[in-house]
Amino acid sequence: MSHLYYNAAPQETRVAKPRKAPRSYPTHKPAHIYLYGTCVVDLFFPEAGMDAIHLLEREGIQVNFPQAQSCCGQPAYTSGYTQQAKDVARSQLALLTEDWPLVVCSGSCAGMFREHYSDLFKDEPETLAQVTALAERTYELSEFLLKVCQVELTDQGEATQVALHTSCSARREMNTHLHARELLNQLTQVERLDHDHESECCGFGGTFSVRMPDISGAMVADKTQALQKSGAQQVVSADCGCLLNINGAFEKQNIPLLGQHLASFLWQRTQVKQEPNT
Amino acid sequence: MSSQRIHTLDVTAQNLKSNARLSLKDQQLRTNMRSAMDSLISKRLISMPDEDERENLRELGNKIKASALSQLPDLLEQLESNLTKQGIQVHWASTTEEANAIVLNIAQARNAKQVIKGKSMVSEEMAMNEHLTEHGIEALESDMGEYIIQLDNEKPTHIIMPAIHKNAQQVGKLFESRLALPYTDDVDSLIQSARSILREKFFQADIGISGVNFAVAETGTLLLVENEGNGRMSTTVPPVHIAVTGIEKVVANLQDTVPLLSLLTRSALGQGITTYVNMISAPRQPDELDGPEEVHLVLLDNGRSQAFADSELRQTLNCIRCGACMNHCPVYTRIGGQAYGTVYPGPIGKIISPHLLGLENTPDHPSASSLCGACGEVCPVKIPIPALLRRLREENVKSPKQQPQIMAGQGSRYSNKEALLWKGWQAFNTKPLLYKTGTFLATRLGQFTPSKLGAWTQNHSAPKPAKRSLHELAKKHLEKKS
Ligand code: SF4
Repeated sequence: MSHLYYNAAPQETRVAKPRKAPRSYPTHKPAHIYLYGTCVVDLFFPEAGMDAIHLLEREGIQVNFPQAQSCCGQPAYTSGYTQQAKDVARSQLALLTEDWPLVVCSGSCAGMFREHYSDLFKDEPETLAQVTALAERTYELSEFLLKVCQVELTDQGEATQVALHTSCSARREMNTHLHARELLNQLTQVERLDHDHESECCGFGGTFSVRMPDISGAMVADKTQALQKSGAQQVVSADCGCLLNINGAFEKQNIPLLGQHLASFLWQRTQVKQEPNT
Repeated sequence: MSSQRIHTLDVTAQNLKSNARLSLKDQQLRTNMRSAMDSLISKRLISMPDEDERENLRELGNKIKASALSQLPDLLEQLESNLTKQGIQVHWASTTEEANAIVLNIAQARNAKQVIKGKSMVSEEMAMNEHLTEHGIEALESDMGEYIIQLDNEKPTHIIMPAIHKNAQQVGKLFESRLALPYTDDVDSLIQSARSILREKFFQADIGISGVNFAVAETGTLLLVENEGNGRMSTTVPPVHIAVTGIEKVVANLQDTVPLLSLLTRSALGQGITTYVNMISAPRQPDELDGPEEVHLVLLDNGRSQAFADSELRQTLNCIRCGACMNHCPVYTRIGGQAYGTVYPGPIGKIISPHLLGLENTPDHPSASSLCGACGEVCPVKIPIPALLRRLREENVKSPKQQPQIMAGQGSRYSNKEALLWKGWQAFNTKPLLYKTGTFLATRLGQFTPSKLGAWTQNHSAPKPAKRSLHELAKKHLEKKS
């Protein structure tokens, strides 16, 4: 008889989290929301954040943008620097004092708020209650537009074909691929083309892309090729981490495509063209 | 000594990054793997088409394994006492060295010269073949995939389909050169030739070796699934049968094996059930005409109790070795199984190998993942693989001295410089003034971004910050409005 496993502390054995019931949505648009830009949007895709603001304001919602917001903590969290992630998360929580919905411009960051803050603060009952309530009112942008605002988009643009890339966490944690597809479907002149292995990861994975550049590079090369082969004229995504990865690779490989944030694409397609004043 | 191969393995496991670089260049491997994995993915889905049923079954699988693990010591004792009563000899091994010594002792006591093996990943873990060979005992693999890679002096690249990285042409050429058979790439004829060679070997062997899929405590039953009949031959024809398995394979009762079996065969190969399901509960009885005279079970720990001791890491031991996580993994599909340098490749390999070999020997395994979550989504026993990878990263970057020490090799990727960098990141993101100044500078000096930014620019053009941050744009816009 091996004595070894008797060294184990008598801890409860973990059972997988039960499956979540489909999310239910408020029946009324809120008057106020917090917009969470995310660090990547802030520095590399600010226009996407602005277009998100325009789209939300058009729905009659007052957008609040806490100026002290920075990063949700995900890079440190996924790199194993849990304490650092926790401190950053705590500083973000302190900004969200009102019980307004939190609308996030990037799927994986929305997932961080919704799914992983509870892990970060599992040992702090008070904060845990706070993040659990926050998770309930956190939305990825396309989900919020579709399900809470119930937007009806009127396409004003020329006929075009687009390919949609969805970040893995947004797909798995929030069904963002379905929400984004539905929004694109509302645009009558836009045809969405599938691409090969569409649900496969683009290889970003935050620090993974620089820790494992060979593997990540092989993944993004397959992704950019699949996107190009789809024949789409445009690539859209609701996650700027993926876009940073995919666009950087497009440019490096001289592929004449550029991924655009879904918010920018939707805003540009639905603006009534102003006749120039004569 | 088994240590020779373990040693080579360790060296390779430490070089995951450079191994991967090499295999990524192997176009044949990339094509073979992609088409094989695509086909396995679709077979699995066809065999479990109804999402609700599939998810309910996975939840059940998770609960069964979690409950078995919660009573692990008791179930193992119950298993031992029932098997012993039924005439099966039970041996305990803390390390692979101990397990090899046990097997060798049994073999030497019988004066064995030849051993025939059914598929067993634990025997790979032990490097049993090498150990037996060093002691003058021939060990021959009888699973078709294992047979192929043994001929080619390779290690399994997949836990269910060890030779999945090879196509029929490659196998044809291998048989031509190693078995002096006329070249063919017809899969059926290849299999037929190998089978007729193996047939003889079953009768010559002194000992048959197998793994175990589920060890049932209540009835003292060793359950073994397979499709080729070689498992049944290995466990019934030779006079001695030795089963080797990890301590986590024990389940409470036969009832529990029904959903687990269904999950295992569907997740692995998209099969409702395998061609053979072997249930072994005793050696040959006086009134029986066949079966081995002696049956042994070797229960191996080899680092599993380390995982067991932590309630989060314990979930690693839910694994029923179906291989679905690797079939769905975008990293595994591209680099193949060899690159991991560990017996268990793919996502399960990345979460179990650090326990078997120590983090110091698998320093890059937890990081070699984008955490895309494809593995966790399909795992039949719902192991939260991405969460465990993240946890292992945490153990990996802790200071090696930090207490309590949960994993052997803790802090193998600890670097003062990197820890400082993250402290800086933390300050940057918690101090609004710092953040504001930082982004201000980045946006204003964006055009001075160097065109080479380390690993990033290997695959990308250098990122150019925008001219104004969203903070600035939003502030201006919202102020104008109010
Ligand atoms: S971790 Fe899950 S999916 Fe992977 S081999 Fe084990 S049981 Fe199968």
